[in-house]
Amino acid sequence: MKIFRSPTVSPEVKPAPGVERLTRRSSGLRELARLLQSEEPLCVLDLGSTSAANIRYLTERGHKIYSEDLLEASTDPELVTKDVDGQRLLDHKHFFSENLAYSNAQFDLVLCWNLADYLDESLVKPVVARLWSVMKPGGVLLAFFHTREAGPDAPCYRYHIVSPDILEMQHVRAQRDLRKGPTGAGERSFRLQRVFNNRHIENLFRDFTSIKFFLTRDNVREVLVVR
Amino acid sequence: MATEVDFAHIGKSVNIKGELSGTEDLYVGGVVEGSIDLAGNNLVIGPNGQVKAKVQVKGVVIEGKVEGSIRATERAELRKTAVVVGDISTQRIVVEDGASFVGKVDVQPEATKPTTPKLAPAQPATNPSPAAPRTPGESVRKS
Repeated sequence: MKIFRSPTVSPEVKPAPGVERLTRRSSGLRELARLLQSEEPLCVLDLGSTSAANIRYLTERGHKIYSEDLLEASTDPELVTKDVDGQRLLDHKHFFSENLAYSNAQFDLVLCWNLADYLDESLVKPVVARLWSVMKPGGVLLAFFHTREAGPDAPCYRYHIVSPDILEMQHVRAQRDLRKGPTGAGERSFRLQRVFNNRHIENLFRDFTSIKFFLTRDNVREVLVVR
Repeated sequence: MATEVDFAHIGKSVNIKGELSGTEDLYVGGVVEGSIDLAGNNLVIGPNGQVKAKVQVKGVVIEGKVEGSIRATERAELRKTAVVVGDISTQRIVVEDGASFVGKVDVQPEATKPTTPKLAPAQPATNPSPAAPRTPGESVRKS
């Protein structure tokens, strides 16, 4: 049985002094730098909790930013239902009636971050399919996937853009209790739901035109896909 | 912005449904549903304020909850207790850590004023004709 190693801090990941945020270099973000420097205003969808840094960074460059916290939205207890076998299921119809409700071919860039790693299993493929439809042809999506070495307790981070190739990572927790902890108290930490291998990632984005992988030293795989 | 003393004030217990318009700054501590039009003036939504309306103002500071589109011609500020669902269109936006926002942000900076082209300084006697606009590719001969 493989023993999960605790994540080691690579030289690229430096704890910011006196602050709980970490910083890391991002090859995927660096690839996007040319796109973000475009004279044409882009329509960007940022899928994560509200990030003042991302709003500032993107609007300063003349782009429009849409912000939606899908991970938090997926924890809404009203989404929980049961299938015919009594198994817990999330109501997709309800979810998409309130989230990702955009017109087709709207976005030039989608910042998916680590959403797929932490989102409920039943929502991952439908969310990717919905993102495909709301992206413009040629639009780009950036996503991060943990590697197996990250371990099941890999903390869920919110990524903040601070420069063309540097991200700040902020540990985020749910606003609601997600489950009972060992002491019976409510637990709000997001859990890594799965580890995708390259084949799984390619399959997940099979409707997209192209896919590019960047492997980093902090057990995260960065992926850029083109619609 | 003017101090809170200068603001017209909607208290915590006040509940308004309809169209709110005015020509002075406004502080909302209660509930407003409908529309708020204070073109040329500022709006503050206090920490207990709840606004479900279309908002058109000069500047807005949000500490409470807003659901609806916000057009602030000068500035929009979301404090850490703000919860906003809706689109924001403004010239400048400030978002504090902790604020919650779902929607679109469209920042339209003030259009740059047209600048009058600087004329080349008058040349000495070797170039008696008045300074004329250079054609592309033409260099100015230094005396």
